[in-house]
Amino acid sequence: MSHRTDGKRPSHKKKRQSSLQIGHIKRKKVLLMGKSGSGKTSMRSIIFANYIARDTRRLAATIDVEHSHVRFLGNLVLNLWDCGGQEAFMENYFASQRDNIFRNVEVLIYVFDVESRELEKDMHYYQSCLDAILKNSKEAKIFCLIHKMDLVQEDQRDLIFRQREDDLKRLSKPLECTCFRTSIWDETLYHAWSSIVYLLIPNVQQLENNLKHFANIIDADEVLLFERATFLVISHCQLRQHKDVHRFEKISNIIKQFKLSCSKFAASFQSMEVRNSSFAAFIDVFTSNTYVMVIMSDPSIPSATTLINIKNARKHFEKLEKASEQPLMR
Amino acid sequence: MISLFGSRMSLGDDAGIVGSYGVVGSFPKDFDYGPDDHDMENGAVPPDNRPRILLMGLRRSGKSSIQKVVFHKMSPNETLFLESTNKVVKSDVNSTSFVQFQIWDFPGQIDFFDSTFDSETIFGGCGALVFVIDAQDDYMEALVRLNVTVSRAFKVNPNIKFEVFIHKVDGLSDDHKIETQRDIHQRATDDLADSGLDGVHLSFYLTSIYDHSIFEAFSKVVQKLIPQLGTLENLLDILISNSCIEKAFLFDVDSKIYIATDSSPVDMQSYELCCDMIDVVIDVSCIYGLKEDGEGTAYDSESSSVIRLNNGTILYLKEVNRHLALVCILREDSFDRQGLIDYNFLCFKKAIEEVFEVRQNSIAGSYSGGQRLSTDSFDSPKTNGAVSTKS
Repeated sequence: MSHRTDGKRPSHKKKRQSSLQIGHIKRKKVLLMGKSGSGKTSMRSIIFANYIARDTRRLAATIDVEHSHVRFLGNLVLNLWDCGGQEAFMENYFASQRDNIFRNVEVLIYVFDVESRELEKDMHYYQSCLDAILKNSKEAKIFCLIHKMDLVQEDQRDLIFRQREDDLKRLSKPLECTCFRTSIWDETLYHAWSSIVYLLIPNVQQLENNLKHFANIIDADEVLLFERATFLVISHCQLRQHKDVHRFEKISNIIKQFKLSCSKFAASFQSMEVRNSSFAAFIDVFTSNTYVMVIMSDPSIPSATTLINIKNARKHFEKLEKASEQPLMR
Repeated sequence: MISLFGSRMSLGDDAGIVGSYGVVGSFPKDFDYGPDDHDMENGAVPPDNRPRILLMGLRRSGKSSIQKVVFHKMSPNETLFLESTNKVVKSDVNSTSFVQFQIWDFPGQIDFFDSTFDSETIFGGCGALVFVIDAQDDYMEALVRLNVTVSRAFKVNPNIKFEVFIHKVDGLSDDHKIETQRDIHQRATDDLADSGLDGVHLSFYLTSIYDHSIFEAFSKVVQKLIPQLGTLENLLDILISNSCIEKAFLFDVDSKIYIATDSSPVDMQSYELCCDMIDVVIDVSCIYGLKEDGEGTAYDSESSSVIRLNNGTILYLKEVNRHLALVCILREDSFDRQGLIDYNFLCFKKAIEEVFEVRQNSIAGSYSGGQRLSTDSFDSPKTNGAVSTKS
């Protein structure tokens, strides 16, 4: 059975183990599965391929498995297996291809269409996946996305999500699953993917400690670190309380949208400063793989000061990044 | 009619306001825009007296969606859930928006000959009539309707500006768009000529709520009805030529309509980019810019933003007043002289305030010819105080 790729690389090479380190590149295998039409390719396109939500209407059904190798944070390569959800393919996965697909998986993301009329069947396939995981990659982390929530009336959303979550958690035993509710039309998509990707970052604890130190020195309220291409929040440090718990994904969404508008203008944005009488926000390129966002609530501090601080911090964080890329070099 | 600075007052001489329109007494004498600190409630025009834009067209042509997207910040996708309008919906474009007027959204099939349709009142107080035609549908019936509407309205009030929105063009190819516009233009003008109304001028716009074209079209509609447009454009020209700015727009922050721009040609992409910038600034300010005690707004007197693009372009936003923002596009090198640009901007901001004062004074009736700030004074940069950054 041939594997289609994104037209970039032939994949007739034998698939090796997941956390294979070729030189210092780490590949992590992320399986994206779910019934046909549940929204997997759309999600992937928006997060990783710079589609806007409206453009996803043009996507056709995925044939068999689509592989994409997404470079993330420089040295991390997410090996996304977008498995076509049509029945013929699904049957195949669980039969002849099972070991190939389900071996060495770090993360399984299963997408459920909230409007699906065949709940029984959905659960059946999900369970087949879980069985395969249990046999081949017991340690894999499992995420369930209840997708297309925008099609549910607002006042019903929490209820429906809770119901599904309870069912899934029950069904998944003895494996554990984390559930998210998502839609491509708002920031919930970013929230889910940020949380998933966060677990894949090698030195996240060290990164957060350093960010905290940085925030303290420059007197910032908050410092966020984004991955450069996807603008997913990979790390953050908060020195001051803030009411809005969903602000990270909102910011991801806002900036990503603006980034896409700029590309219409054949340009990309480099840095941004927004202020009013009670705050100043600075978004700037940080290391070769990240962007930083600094929030200052003392408007009397001149912009130049903060910008110099960010500039000086860059060198330090670049070093950190390089260090995490070469763990075997002693 | 839309008028930023109040319209014609029933004063003996109205030499002050350029290009006033002939609707007597449409504002009460105490209509007051007010300086920024002024409580807007005192200055709000009572609903009956506000100038009007009428939105007309066949059923399902998209009138209510347009209104919601432009003035009520609705996402275009949500308009799918809007129900049919079955009676005239009057909404005030609120005091949160700089441009104060009423939009009357008519249900699709309105019968002009019905006794409940009071042509005099409806068309009498109207400044602009926007007729929406669905370009994805067969538009012959719409054209007939357009003709009837325009004829009727023109008889009552020959001063109405007629604007035709060729709408829902997001689904059409470029060639098709041009063809459709040409065809509609041809037929509509022919029909009017046949009815003996060849003096009536129609303006045509290709619009869609799924991109910025609807905002651009509305910007042009609104601008035509601003008597002081010339003054504003003049001020902007002076500002940009002295500060090495490439393009500047004076935006109404709430609706993202631009009420004035400098005299260089408007490139749709630049306008879109500036709209997107405003979105970013407002969205980020809404998250981080609200005070803890709930007081204060996201967009306040200190709002400003700088966005640097990787091709050497800089977008610069500065607050002008509670409703207006100046968005400029300039080159990186020009921005080295930010201090001078900021100084020039302050002069500009002060000039805008002075233009308001003129109107205020004239409304208050304490207006006298000698105090008038003539547009001549804005021609000379020296008087304006702007400093050239070219030296």
